[in-house]
Amino acid sequence: MIRIVDVTKSFGENKALSGVSLDIFDGELFVLIGPDGAGKSTLFRILVTLLLPDKGHVLIKGLDVVKDFWKIRTIMGYMPGTFSLYPDLTVEENLAFYARIFGTSLQKNYPLIRDVYEQIEPFKKRAAGKLSGGMKQKLALSCALIHRPEVLVLDEPTTGVDAASRKEFWQMLKNIQQEGITVIVSTAYMDEASRGDRACFLHKGKLLKAGTPEEIRESYPYPLYACRSKDNFALLKVLRNEPSTASAMLYGKTIHYSPARKNFSVGTFLSDLEKTGKYGSIEYRKTTPSVEDSFAFLSKQ
Amino acid sequence: MNEQDKNIGGGNTEHVVEVRDLTKRFGTFTAVNSISFEVYKGEVFGLLGANGAGKTTLIRMLSGLLRPTEGVARVAGYDVVHHPERVKFSIGYMSQKFSLYEDLTVAENIRFFGGIYGMKKKDLAKAGEAMIHKLGMEEVEDRLIATLPLGWKQRIAFSIAILHRPGLVFLDEPTSGVDPVTRRQFWEMILETAREGFTIIVTTHYMDEAEYCDRIAIMSRGDIAGLDSPENLQSQFSVSSMEDLFWKITREHKTTDAIPGL
Repeated sequence: MIRIVDVTKSFGENKALSGVSLDIFDGELFVLIGPDGAGKSTLFRILVTLLLPDKGHVLIKGLDVVKDFWKIRTIMGYMPGTFSLYPDLTVEENLAFYARIFGTSLQKNYPLIRDVYEQIEPFKKRAAGKLSGGMKQKLALSCALIHRPEVLVLDEPTTGVDAASRKEFWQMLKNIQQEGITVIVSTAYMDEASRGDRACFLHKGKLLKAGTPEEIRESYPYPLYACRSKDNFALLKVLRNEPSTASAMLYGKTIHYSPARKNFSVGTFLSDLEKTGKYGSIEYRKTTPSVEDSFAFLSKQ
Repeated sequence: MNEQDKNIGGGNTEHVVEVRDLTKRFGTFTAVNSISFEVYKGEVFGLLGANGAGKTTLIRMLSGLLRPTEGVARVAGYDVVHHPERVKFSIGYMSQKFSLYEDLTVAENIRFFGGIYGMKKKDLAKAGEAMIHKLGMEEVEDRLIATLPLGWKQRIAFSIAILHRPGLVFLDEPTSGVDPVTRRQFWEMILETAREGFTIIVTTHYMDEAEYCDRIAIMSRGDIAGLDSPENLQSQFSVSSMEDLFWKITREHKTTDAIPGL
Protein backbone atom coordinates (compact mmCIF):
# COMPACT_ATOMS: atom_id res chain seq x y z
CA MET A 1 0.00 0.00 0.00
CA ILE A 2 0.99 3.60 -0.51
CA ARG A 3 0.14 5.76 2.48
CA ILE A 4 0.31 9.52 2.08
CA VAL A 5 -0.19 11.32 5.41
CA ASP A 6 -0.72 15.05 5.78
CA VAL A 7 1.81 16.02 3.12
CA THR A 8 2.54 19.72 2.73
CA LYS A 9 4.96 21.32 0.29
CA SER A 10 5.60 24.99 -0.47
CA PHE A 11 7.76 26.71 -3.05
CA GLY A 12 8.42 30.12 -1.50
CA GLU A 13 5.07 31.79 -1.06
CA ASN A 14 3.30 29.25 -3.20
CA LYS A 15 1.73 26.39 -1.28
CA ALA A 16 1.76 23.53 -3.79
CA LEU A 17 0.31 20.90 -1.44
CA SER A 18 -1.51 21.45 1.85
CA GLY A 19 -2.25 18.54 4.15
CA VAL A 20 -2.79 15.85 1.52
CA SER A 21 -3.67 12.41 2.94
CA LEU A 22 -4.45 9.45 0.71
CA ASP A 23 -4.15 5.65 0.63
CA ILE A 24 -3.54 3.84 -2.66
CA PHE A 25 -3.93 0.07 -2.58
CA ASP A 26 -1.64 -2.56 -4.09
CA GLY A 27 -2.59 -3.54 -7.62
CA GLU A 28 -4.88 -0.57 -8.07
CA LEU A 29 -5.22 1.61 -11.17
CA PHE A 30 -5.52 5.00 -9.48
CA VAL A 31 -6.29 8.30 -11.19
CA LEU A 32 -5.17 11.67 -9.83
CA ILE A 33 -7.32 14.35 -11.43
CA GLY A 34 -6.65 18.05 -11.24
CA PRO A 35 -6.26 21.18 -13.34
CA ASP A 36 -2.84 22.67 -14.16
CA GLY A 37 -1.20 23.99 -11.00
CA ALA A 38 -3.24 21.79 -8.66
CA GLY A 39 -0.12 20.09 -7.26
CA LYS A 40 -0.24 16.78 -9.16
CA SER A 41 3.39 16.78 -10.30
CA THR A 42 4.61 17.93 -6.87
CA LEU A 43 2.83 15.03 -5.19
CA PHE A 44 4.26 12.58 -7.74
CA ARG A 45 7.78 13.91 -7.33
CA ILE A 46 7.49 13.36 -3.59
CA LEU A 47 6.26 9.79 -4.22
CA VAL A 48 9.21 8.97 -6.46
CA THR A 49 11.69 10.52 -3.97
CA LEU A 50 12.77 13.43 -6.16
CA LEU A 51 11.36 16.03 -3.77
CA LEU A 52 11.17 16.18 0.03
CA PRO A 53 7.88 17.08 1.72
CA ASP A 54 7.98 20.04 4.13
CA LYS A 55 5.64 18.23 6.47
CA GLY A 56 3.92 14.84 6.66
CA HIS A 57 5.22 11.52 5.41
CA VAL A 58 4.75 8.94 2.69
CA LEU A 59 5.20 5.18 3.01
CA ILE A 60 5.45 3.02 -0.11
CA LYS A 61 5.04 -0.66 0.73
CA GLY A 62 6.29 0.17 4.22
CA LEU A 63 9.29 2.15 2.94
CA ASP A 64 9.69 5.82 3.85
CA VAL A 65 10.24 8.16 0.88
CA VAL A 66 12.81 10.20 2.82
CA LYS A 67 14.79 7.51 4.65
CA ASP A 68 14.50 4.59 2.26
CA PHE A 69 14.75 6.44 -1.04
CA TRP A 70 17.38 4.10 -2.56
CA LYS A 71 15.17 1.07 -2.03
CA ILE A 72 12.09 2.90 -3.25
CA ARG A 73 13.79 3.91 -6.48
CA THR A 74 14.29 0.24 -7.38
CA ILE A 75 10.59 -0.58 -7.03
CA MET A 76 9.17 2.53 -8.69
CA GLY A 77 8.75 3.33 -12.37
CA TYR A 78 8.23 7.00 -13.23
CA MET A 79 7.16 8.61 -16.47
CA PRO A 80 7.39 12.38 -16.03
CA GLY A 81 5.27 14.86 -18.02
CA THR A 82 8.18 15.78 -20.25
CA PHE A 83 9.56 12.40 -21.22
CA SER A 84 13.08 11.80 -19.93
CA LEU A 85 14.37 10.25 -23.12
CA TYR A 86 17.74 10.94 -24.69
CA PRO A 87 16.81 12.47 -28.04
CA ASP A 88 20.13 11.62 -29.69
CA LEU A 89 20.06 7.97 -28.62
CA THR A 90 18.07 5.53 -30.70
CA VAL A 91 14.96 3.78 -29.44
CA GLU A 92 16.85 0.63 -28.51
CA GLU A 93 19.75 2.58 -27.00
CA ASN A 94 17.35 4.44 -24.71
CA LEU A 95 15.87 1.15 -23.55
CA ALA A 96 19.29 -0.44 -23.06
CA PHE A 97 20.39 2.60 -21.06
CA TYR A 98 17.44 2.42 -18.64
CA ALA A 99 17.84 -1.36 -18.35
CA ARG A 100 21.53 -0.99 -17.41
CA ILE A 101 20.78 1.72 -14.83
CA PHE A 102 18.45 -0.68 -13.06
CA GLY A 103 20.81 -3.64 -13.47
CA THR A 104 18.53 -5.56 -15.79
CA SER A 105 18.26 -6.25 -19.51
CA LEU A 106 15.71 -5.88 -22.25
CA GLN A 107 15.54 -9.69 -22.62
CA LYS A 108 14.77 -10.28 -18.95
CA ASN A 109 11.60 -8.21 -18.77
CA TYR A 110 10.64 -8.30 -22.42
CA PRO A 111 7.29 -10.08 -21.84
CA LEU A 112 6.15 -7.14 -19.67
CA ILE A 113 6.87 -4.43 -22.23
CA ARG A 114 6.17 -6.49 -25.36
CA ASP A 115 2.68 -5.09 -26.06
CA VAL A 116 3.93 -1.52 -25.86
CA TYR A 117 7.36 -2.03 -27.39
CA GLU A 118 6.17 -3.98 -30.41
CA GLN A 119 4.41 -0.86 -31.66
CA ILE A 120 7.70 1.05 -31.85
CA GLU A 121 10.09 -1.80 -32.63
CA PRO A 122 10.07 -1.14 -36.39
CA PHE A 123 11.71 2.21 -35.52
CA LYS A 124 14.27 0.87 -33.05
CA LYS A 125 17.21 2.33 -35.00
CA ARG A 126 15.63 5.80 -35.07
CA ALA A 127 16.80 8.57 -32.72
CA ALA A 128 14.22 9.16 -29.98
CA GLY A 129 14.16 12.87 -30.85
CA LYS A 130 12.85 12.01 -34.32
CA LEU A 131 9.81 10.05 -33.11
CA SER A 132 6.21 11.28 -33.25
CA GLY A 133 4.52 12.21 -29.96
CA GLY A 134 2.66 8.93 -29.76
CA MET A 135 5.80 6.87 -30.35
CA LYS A 136 7.79 8.89 -27.79
CA GLN A 137 5.06 8.17 -25.28
CA LYS A 138 5.32 4.43 -25.92
CA LEU A 139 9.09 4.47 -25.66
CA ALA A 140 8.96 6.44 -22.40
CA LEU A 141 6.46 3.93 -21.04
CA SER A 142 8.72 1.03 -22.06
CA CYS A 143 11.68 2.70 -20.32
CA ALA A 144 9.64 3.24 -17.14
CA LEU A 145 8.69 -0.45 -17.13
CA ILE A 146 12.02 -1.99 -18.06
CA HIS A 147 12.96 -2.93 -14.47
CA ARG A 148 9.50 -4.41 -13.74
CA PRO A 149 8.58 -1.86 -11.04
CA GLU A 150 6.01 -2.67 -8.36
CA VAL A 151 4.54 0.80 -8.67
CA LEU A 152 4.28 2.77 -11.91
CA VAL A 153 3.72 6.54 -11.71
CA LEU A 154 2.72 8.42 -14.88
CA ASP A 155 2.48 12.21 -14.89
CA GLU A 156 -0.11 13.42 -17.43
CA PRO A 157 0.70 10.83 -20.08
CA THR A 158 -2.37 11.74 -22.16
CA THR A 159 -2.19 15.55 -22.25
CA GLY A 160 -2.72 16.80 -25.81
CA VAL A 161 -3.55 13.29 -27.02
CA ASP A 162 -6.74 12.72 -29.03
CA ALA A 163 -9.69 10.86 -27.50
CA ALA A 164 -9.21 7.61 -29.45
CA SER A 165 -5.49 7.37 -28.68
CA ARG A 166 -6.24 8.15 -25.03
CA LYS A 167 -8.66 5.26 -24.91
CA GLU A 168 -5.98 2.94 -26.32
CA PHE A 169 -3.43 4.24 -23.85
CA TRP A 170 -5.72 3.45 -20.91
CA GLN A 171 -6.11 -0.06 -22.27
CA MET A 172 -2.32 -0.43 -22.17
CA LEU A 173 -2.35 0.74 -18.55
CA LYS A 174 -5.01 -1.84 -17.70
CA ASN A 175 -2.82 -4.55 -19.23
CA ILE A 176 0.10 -3.37 -17.08
CA GLN A 177 -2.15 -3.46 -14.02
CA GLN A 178 -2.99 -7.09 -14.90
CA GLU A 179 0.69 -7.86 -14.35
CA GLY A 180 0.22 -7.01 -10.68
CA ILE A 181 1.71 -3.52 -10.91
CA THR A 182 0.12 -0.63 -9.01
CA VAL A 183 -0.48 2.12 -11.56
CA ILE A 184 -0.93 5.76 -10.56
CA VAL A 185 -1.80 8.23 -13.33
CA SER A 186 -2.43 11.96 -13.27
CA THR A 187 -4.59 13.77 -15.79
CA ALA A 188 -6.43 17.03 -16.34
CA TYR A 189 -9.11 15.29 -18.43
CA MET A 190 -12.18 14.76 -16.25
CA ASP A 191 -13.48 12.06 -18.58
CA GLU A 192 -10.55 9.86 -17.56
CA ALA A 193 -11.66 9.70 -13.92
CA SER A 194 -13.84 6.70 -14.74
CA ARG A 195 -11.05 4.77 -16.46
CA GLY A 196 -9.39 3.64 -13.22
CA ASP A 197 -10.54 1.73 -10.14
CA ARG A 198 -10.54 4.86 -8.01
CA ALA A 199 -9.84 8.53 -8.56
CA CYS A 200 -9.16 11.57 -6.45
CA PHE A 201 -9.50 15.25 -7.23
CA LEU A 202 -6.73 17.67 -6.37
CA HIS A 203 -7.58 21.38 -6.42
CA LYS A 204 -5.26 24.21 -5.36
CA GLY A 205 -3.04 21.80 -3.43
CA LYS A 206 -5.89 20.21 -1.50
CA LEU A 207 -7.38 16.78 -1.96
CA LEU A 208 -11.12 17.26 -2.31
CA LYS A 209 -12.42 13.73 -2.75
CA ALA A 210 -11.21 10.19 -3.36
CA GLY A 211 -13.32 7.19 -4.29
CA THR A 212 -14.59 4.92 -7.01
CA PRO A 213 -16.25 6.72 -9.96
CA GLU A 214 -19.64 5.64 -8.55
CA GLU A 215 -18.81 7.01 -5.09
CA ILE A 216 -17.72 10.30 -6.62
CA ARG A 217 -20.91 10.58 -8.70
CA GLU A 218 -23.07 9.70 -5.70
CA SER A 219 -21.38 12.37 -3.59
CA TYR A 220 -23.20 15.06 -5.61
CA PRO A 221 -25.55 16.38 -2.93
CA TYR A 222 -28.53 17.59 -5.01
CA PRO A 223 -30.98 16.15 -7.49
CA LEU A 224 -29.74 16.96 -11.01
CA TYR A 225 -31.82 17.80 -14.07
CA ALA A 226 -30.87 18.28 -17.70
CA CYS A 227 -33.04 21.11 -19.07
CA ARG A 228 -33.31 22.37 -22.60
CA SER A 229 -35.20 25.22 -24.22
CA LYS A 230 -35.12 27.27 -27.40
CA ASP A 231 -33.11 29.92 -25.59
CA ASN A 232 -30.81 28.17 -23.14
CA PHE A 233 -29.02 31.41 -22.30
CA ALA A 234 -32.14 33.17 -21.13
CA LEU A 235 -33.17 30.06 -19.22
CA LEU A 236 -29.73 29.75 -17.65
CA LYS A 237 -29.85 33.36 -16.41
CA VAL A 238 -33.25 33.00 -14.84
CA LEU A 239 -32.38 29.65 -13.21
CA ARG A 240 -29.21 31.11 -11.79
CA ASN A 241 -30.96 34.11 -10.27
CA GLU A 242 -33.57 31.96 -8.59
CA PRO A 243 -32.91 31.76 -4.81
CA SER A 244 -34.02 28.11 -4.80
CA THR A 245 -31.24 27.16 -7.24
CA ALA A 246 -28.11 25.40 -5.97
CA SER A 247 -26.40 25.23 -9.34
CA ALA A 248 -27.10 25.91 -13.01
CA MET A 249 -24.43 25.44 -15.68
CA LEU A 250 -24.38 24.85 -19.41
CA TYR A 251 -23.60 21.26 -20.31
CA GLY A 252 -23.48 20.73 -24.06
CA LYS A 253 -26.91 21.43 -25.52
CA THR A 254 -28.54 21.24 -22.07
CA ILE A 255 -28.38 23.05 -18.76
CA HIS A 256 -27.43 20.99 -15.71
CA TYR A 257 -29.67 22.39 -13.04
CA SER A 258 -29.97 21.53 -9.34
CA PRO A 259 -32.52 22.97 -6.95
CA ALA A 260 -31.16 23.29 -3.42
CA ARG A 261 -34.13 21.62 -1.70
CA LYS A 262 -34.78 17.90 -2.20
CA ASN A 263 -38.61 18.21 -2.14
CA PHE A 264 -38.63 21.14 -4.60
CA SER A 265 -41.20 20.67 -7.38
CA VAL A 266 -39.13 21.14 -10.51
CA GLY A 267 -42.09 20.34 -12.76
CA THR A 268 -44.24 23.16 -11.36
CA PHE A 269 -41.34 25.59 -11.31
CA LEU A 270 -40.38 24.97 -14.94
CA SER A 271 -43.95 24.94 -16.24
CA ASP A 272 -44.48 28.32 -14.52
CA LEU A 273 -41.41 29.58 -16.36
CA GLU A 274 -42.77 28.13 -19.58
CA LYS A 275 -46.04 30.04 -19.10
CA THR A 276 -44.16 33.35 -19.20
CA GLY A 277 -43.57 32.53 -22.89
CA LYS A 278 -39.98 33.81 -22.81
CA TYR A 279 -38.22 30.50 -23.26
CA GLY A 280 -40.48 28.46 -25.53
CA SER A 281 -41.16 24.96 -24.33
CA ILE A 282 -38.78 23.69 -21.65
CA GLU A 283 -37.84 20.03 -21.74
CA TYR A 284 -36.31 18.49 -18.66
CA ARG A 285 -35.34 15.09 -17.31
CA LYS A 286 -33.66 13.84 -14.20
CA THR A 287 -30.09 12.84 -14.90
CA THR A 288 -27.17 11.12 -13.16
CA PRO A 289 -24.38 13.48 -12.10
CA SER A 290 -21.10 12.94 -13.94
CA VAL A 291 -17.79 12.78 -12.12
CA GLU A 292 -17.26 16.27 -13.44
CA ASP A 293 -20.52 17.52 -11.92
CA SER A 294 -19.29 16.27 -8.54
CA PHE A 295 -15.85 17.79 -8.92
CA ALA A 296 -17.31 21.07 -10.15
CA PHE A 297 -19.50 21.16 -7.06
CA LEU A 298 -16.59 20.34 -4.72
CA SER A 299 -14.28 22.93 -6.26
CA LYS A 300 -16.88 25.67 -5.72
CA GLN A 301 -17.08 24.94 -1.99
CA MET B 1 -27.95 38.36 -49.54
CA ASN B 2 -31.04 40.08 -48.19
CA GLU B 3 -31.31 41.49 -44.68
CA GLN B 4 -33.66 38.81 -43.39
CA ASP B 5 -31.01 36.16 -43.90
CA LYS B 6 -28.56 37.92 -41.64
CA ASN B 7 -29.99 36.61 -38.40
CA ILE B 8 -27.29 35.43 -36.05
CA GLY B 9 -26.68 31.81 -35.11
CA GLY B 10 -28.66 28.90 -36.44
CA GLY B 11 -30.15 29.26 -39.88
CA ASN B 12 -27.62 31.82 -41.03
CA THR B 13 -26.54 31.30 -44.61
CA GLU B 14 -23.71 33.83 -44.86
CA HIS B 15 -20.39 32.01 -45.30
CA VAL B 16 -17.43 33.23 -43.27
CA VAL B 17 -15.27 30.35 -44.43
CA GLU B 18 -15.52 28.74 -47.87
CA VAL B 19 -13.23 25.86 -48.67
CA ARG B 20 -13.16 24.09 -52.06
CA ASP B 21 -11.00 21.04 -52.82
CA LEU B 22 -8.32 22.30 -50.47
CA THR B 23 -5.17 20.18 -50.50
CA LYS B 24 -1.81 20.41 -48.80
CA ARG B 25 1.02 18.06 -49.58
CA PHE B 26 4.40 17.95 -47.86
CA GLY B 27 6.59 16.04 -50.30
CA THR B 28 4.78 12.78 -50.91
CA PHE B 29 2.67 13.10 -47.76
CA THR B 30 -0.86 14.49 -48.19
CA ALA B 31 -1.75 16.26 -44.95
CA VAL B 32 -5.06 17.67 -46.20
CA ASN B 33 -6.74 15.84 -49.03
CA SER B 34 -9.10 17.85 -51.24
CA ILE B 35 -11.59 18.91 -48.59
CA SER B 36 -14.59 21.20 -49.05
CA PHE B 37 -16.82 22.81 -46.44
CA GLU B 38 -18.37 26.09 -45.30
CA VAL B 39 -18.66 27.77 -41.92
CA TYR B 40 -21.64 30.06 -41.36
CA LYS B 41 -21.61 33.45 -39.67
CA GLY B 42 -22.30 33.19 -35.94
CA GLU B 43 -21.56 29.48 -35.90
CA VAL B 44 -19.53 27.56 -33.32
CA PHE B 45 -17.75 25.05 -35.53
CA GLY B 46 -15.84 22.20 -33.89
CA LEU B 47 -12.80 20.76 -35.63
CA LEU B 48 -11.97 17.32 -34.26
CA GLY B 49 -9.61 14.58 -35.30
CA ALA B 50 -6.85 12.27 -34.18
CA ASN B 51 -3.35 13.68 -33.72
CA GLY B 52 -1.88 13.99 -37.19
CA ALA B 53 -5.25 14.00 -38.98
CA GLY B 54 -4.55 17.38 -40.58
CA LYS B 55 -6.30 19.85 -38.22
CA THR B 56 -3.25 22.02 -37.61
CA THR B 57 -2.35 22.11 -41.31
CA LEU B 58 -5.93 23.16 -42.13
CA ILE B 59 -5.94 25.90 -39.49
CA ARG B 60 -2.59 27.21 -40.70
CA MET B 61 -3.92 27.41 -44.27
CA LEU B 62 -7.11 29.17 -43.13
CA SER B 63 -4.98 31.65 -41.15
CA GLY B 64 -2.94 32.65 -44.21
CA LEU B 65 0.20 31.12 -42.67
CA LEU B 66 0.57 28.19 -45.05
CA ARG B 67 -0.02 28.19 -48.79
CA PRO B 68 -2.29 25.40 -50.02
CA THR B 69 -0.95 23.04 -52.70
CA GLU B 70 -4.31 23.04 -54.48
CA GLY B 71 -7.81 24.32 -54.03
CA VAL B 72 -9.41 27.51 -52.79
CA ALA B 73 -10.13 28.88 -49.34
CA ARG B 74 -11.83 32.18 -48.56
CA VAL B 75 -11.84 33.47 -45.01
CA ALA B 76 -13.91 36.50 -44.04
CA GLY B 77 -14.18 37.33 -47.76
CA TYR B 78 -10.46 37.10 -48.54
CA ASP B 79 -8.68 34.46 -50.56
CA VAL B 80 -5.94 32.85 -48.44
CA VAL B 81 -3.56 32.56 -51.40
CA HIS B 82 -3.97 36.02 -52.86
CA HIS B 83 -4.54 38.02 -49.67
CA PRO B 84 -2.90 36.15 -46.78
CA GLU B 85 -2.10 39.44 -44.98
CA ARG B 86 -5.74 40.56 -45.08
CA VAL B 87 -6.76 37.15 -43.81
CA LYS B 88 -4.36 37.48 -40.88
CA PHE B 89 -5.92 40.82 -39.89
CA SER B 90 -9.41 39.33 -40.16
CA ILE B 91 -8.94 36.48 -37.73
CA GLY B 92 -8.36 36.09 -34.01
CA TYR B 93 -6.43 33.23 -32.44
CA MET B 94 -6.25 31.84 -28.94
CA SER B 95 -4.77 28.70 -27.47
CA GLN B 96 -4.23 27.58 -23.92
CA LYS B 97 -0.50 27.31 -24.46
CA PHE B 98 0.27 30.42 -26.43
CA SER B 99 -1.73 33.48 -25.66
CA LEU B 100 -0.71 36.24 -23.28
CA TYR B 101 2.60 37.72 -22.17
CA GLU B 102 2.97 36.72 -18.52
CA ASP B 103 5.35 39.57 -17.62
CA LEU B 104 3.13 42.28 -19.07
CA THR B 105 0.07 43.67 -17.29
CA VAL B 106 -3.48 43.09 -18.48
CA ALA B 107 -3.62 46.59 -20.00
CA GLU B 108 -0.21 46.16 -21.67
CA ASN B 109 -1.29 42.89 -23.24
CA ILE B 110 -4.39 44.60 -24.60
CA ARG B 111 -2.32 47.43 -26.11
CA PHE B 112 0.27 45.01 -27.50
CA PHE B 113 -2.14 42.68 -29.26
CA GLY B 114 -4.45 45.49 -30.38
CA GLY B 115 -1.38 47.13 -31.94
CA ILE B 116 -0.33 43.89 -33.65
CA TYR B 117 -3.79 43.64 -35.18
CA GLY B 118 -3.44 47.18 -36.51
CA MET B 119 -6.11 48.83 -34.35
CA LYS B 120 -6.11 52.63 -34.29
CA LYS B 121 -5.02 54.11 -30.95
CA LYS B 122 -8.40 55.67 -30.27
CA ASP B 123 -10.38 52.54 -31.19
CA LEU B 124 -8.02 50.39 -29.16
CA ALA B 125 -8.38 52.53 -26.03
CA LYS B 126 -12.14 52.43 -26.35
CA ALA B 127 -12.34 48.70 -27.08
CA GLY B 128 -9.86 47.91 -24.28
CA GLU B 129 -11.87 49.89 -21.76
CA ALA B 130 -15.10 48.21 -22.83
CA MET B 131 -13.45 44.81 -22.58
CA ILE B 132 -12.14 45.40 -19.03
CA HIS B 133 -15.55 46.65 -18.00
CA LYS B 134 -17.34 43.67 -19.51
CA LEU B 135 -15.02 41.28 -17.71
CA GLY B 136 -15.41 43.23 -14.47
CA MET B 137 -11.62 43.39 -14.19
CA GLU B 138 -11.11 47.11 -13.47
CA GLU B 139 -9.22 46.19 -10.29
CA VAL B 140 -6.63 44.01 -11.99
CA GLU B 141 -5.96 46.07 -15.11
CA ASP B 142 -2.44 46.95 -13.94
CA ARG B 143 -1.51 43.56 -12.58
CA LEU B 144 0.90 41.21 -14.32
CA ILE B 145 -0.77 38.35 -16.15
CA ALA B 146 1.51 35.92 -14.25
CA THR B 147 -0.23 36.81 -10.98
CA LEU B 148 -3.76 35.97 -12.19
CA PRO B 149 -5.60 32.66 -11.88
CA LEU B 150 -5.74 30.46 -14.99
CA GLY B 151 -9.47 30.99 -15.47
CA TRP B 152 -9.01 34.78 -15.60
CA LYS B 153 -6.13 34.55 -18.02
CA GLN B 154 -8.29 32.42 -20.25
CA ARG B 155 -11.11 34.96 -20.29
CA ILE B 156 -8.67 37.78 -20.96
CA ALA B 157 -6.92 35.85 -23.76
CA PHE B 158 -10.24 35.15 -25.45
CA SER B 159 -11.41 38.76 -25.09
CA ILE B 160 -8.15 39.99 -26.60
CA ALA B 161 -8.50 37.55 -29.51
CA ILE B 162 -11.82 39.21 -30.44
CA LEU B 163 -10.84 42.79 -29.55
CA HIS B 164 -10.34 43.81 -33.19
CA ARG B 165 -13.72 42.24 -34.01
CA PRO B 166 -12.34 39.60 -36.36
CA GLY B 167 -14.61 37.83 -38.81
CA LEU B 168 -13.36 34.49 -37.57
CA VAL B 169 -11.83 33.32 -34.28
CA PHE B 170 -9.73 30.17 -33.89
CA LEU B 171 -9.71 28.57 -30.46
CA ASP B 172 -7.05 25.89 -30.35
CA GLU B 173 -7.64 23.54 -27.39
CA PRO B 174 -8.67 26.57 -25.33
CA THR B 175 -9.67 24.63 -22.22
CA SER B 176 -6.84 22.14 -21.78
CA GLY B 177 -5.75 21.85 -18.16
CA VAL B 178 -8.44 24.01 -16.53
CA ASP B 179 -10.74 23.01 -13.70
CA PRO B 180 -14.33 21.88 -14.41
CA VAL B 181 -16.06 25.09 -13.28
CA THR B 182 -13.72 27.30 -15.29
CA ARG B 183 -14.18 25.08 -18.32
CA ARG B 184 -17.96 25.38 -18.28
CA GLN B 185 -17.81 29.11 -17.62
CA PHE B 186 -15.48 29.47 -20.56
CA TRP B 187 -17.85 27.62 -22.87
CA GLU B 188 -20.61 29.94 -21.70
CA MET B 189 -18.42 32.84 -22.80
CA ILE B 190 -17.72 31.22 -26.20
CA LEU B 191 -21.41 30.65 -26.88
CA GLU B 192 -22.36 34.14 -25.73
CA THR B 193 -19.75 35.61 -28.06
CA ALA B 194 -21.09 33.57 -30.98
CA ARG B 195 -24.53 35.01 -30.24
CA GLU B 196 -23.08 38.48 -30.76
CA GLY B 197 -22.28 37.42 -34.32
CA PHE B 198 -18.72 36.16 -34.02
CA THR B 199 -17.84 33.00 -35.90
CA ILE B 200 -15.75 30.50 -34.01
CA ILE B 201 -13.72 27.46 -35.03
CA VAL B 202 -12.63 25.44 -32.04
CA THR B 203 -10.44 22.35 -31.62
CA THR B 204 -10.65 20.17 -28.55
CA HIS B 205 -9.75 16.74 -27.22
CA TYR B 206 -12.72 16.80 -24.85
CA MET B 207 -15.51 14.89 -26.55
CA ASP B 208 -18.16 16.41 -24.29
CA GLU B 209 -17.15 19.86 -25.55
CA ALA B 210 -18.07 18.88 -29.09
CA GLU B 211 -21.69 18.92 -27.88
CA TYR B 212 -21.52 22.70 -27.42
CA CYS B 213 -20.80 23.16 -31.12
CA ASP B 214 -23.48 23.90 -33.74
CA ARG B 215 -21.67 21.63 -36.18
CA ILE B 216 -18.50 19.60 -36.04
CA ALA B 217 -16.12 18.29 -38.68
CA ILE B 218 -14.17 15.17 -37.81
CA MET B 219 -10.93 14.85 -39.74
CA SER B 220 -9.27 11.55 -40.45
CA ARG B 221 -6.09 11.15 -42.52
CA GLY B 222 -6.51 14.46 -44.26
CA ASP B 223 -10.18 13.95 -45.10
CA ILE B 224 -13.32 15.26 -43.48
CA ALA B 225 -14.90 11.96 -42.53
CA GLY B 226 -18.03 13.47 -40.98
CA LEU B 227 -19.59 16.93 -40.89
CA ASP B 228 -22.91 17.79 -39.28
CA SER B 229 -24.45 18.70 -35.93
CA PRO B 230 -23.33 16.41 -33.07
CA GLU B 231 -26.82 14.85 -32.91
CA ASN B 232 -27.05 14.19 -36.65
CA LEU B 233 -23.57 12.69 -36.81
CA GLN B 234 -24.38 10.33 -33.97
CA SER B 235 -27.48 9.07 -35.75
CA GLN B 236 -25.71 8.97 -39.12
CA PHE B 237 -22.99 6.69 -37.68
CA SER B 238 -25.42 4.78 -35.41
CA VAL B 239 -23.67 5.60 -32.14
CA SER B 240 -25.00 7.08 -28.91
CA SER B 241 -22.08 9.16 -27.67
CA MET B 242 -19.48 11.54 -29.04
CA GLU B 243 -16.75 9.26 -27.78
CA ASP B 244 -18.10 6.30 -29.76
CA LEU B 245 -18.55 8.54 -32.79
CA PHE B 246 -14.95 9.72 -32.60
CA TRP B 247 -13.70 6.17 -32.17
CA LYS B 248 -15.73 4.90 -35.10
CA ILE B 249 -14.60 7.67 -37.41
CA THR B 250 -10.92 7.84 -36.49
CA ARG B 251 -10.30 4.11 -36.07
CA GLU B 252 -12.62 2.61 -38.67
CA HIS B 253 -12.61 5.29 -41.35
CA LYS B 254 -11.16 4.33 -44.72
CA THR B 255 -10.53 6.94 -47.35
CA THR B 256 -13.16 6.75 -50.06
CA ASP B 257 -10.72 5.72 -52.77
CA ALA B 258 -9.80 2.65 -50.70
CA ILE B 259 -13.35 1.36 -50.88
CA PRO B 260 -13.96 -0.50 -54.14
CA GLY B 261 -17.00 0.65 -56.06
CA LEU B 262 -17.07 4.19 -54.63
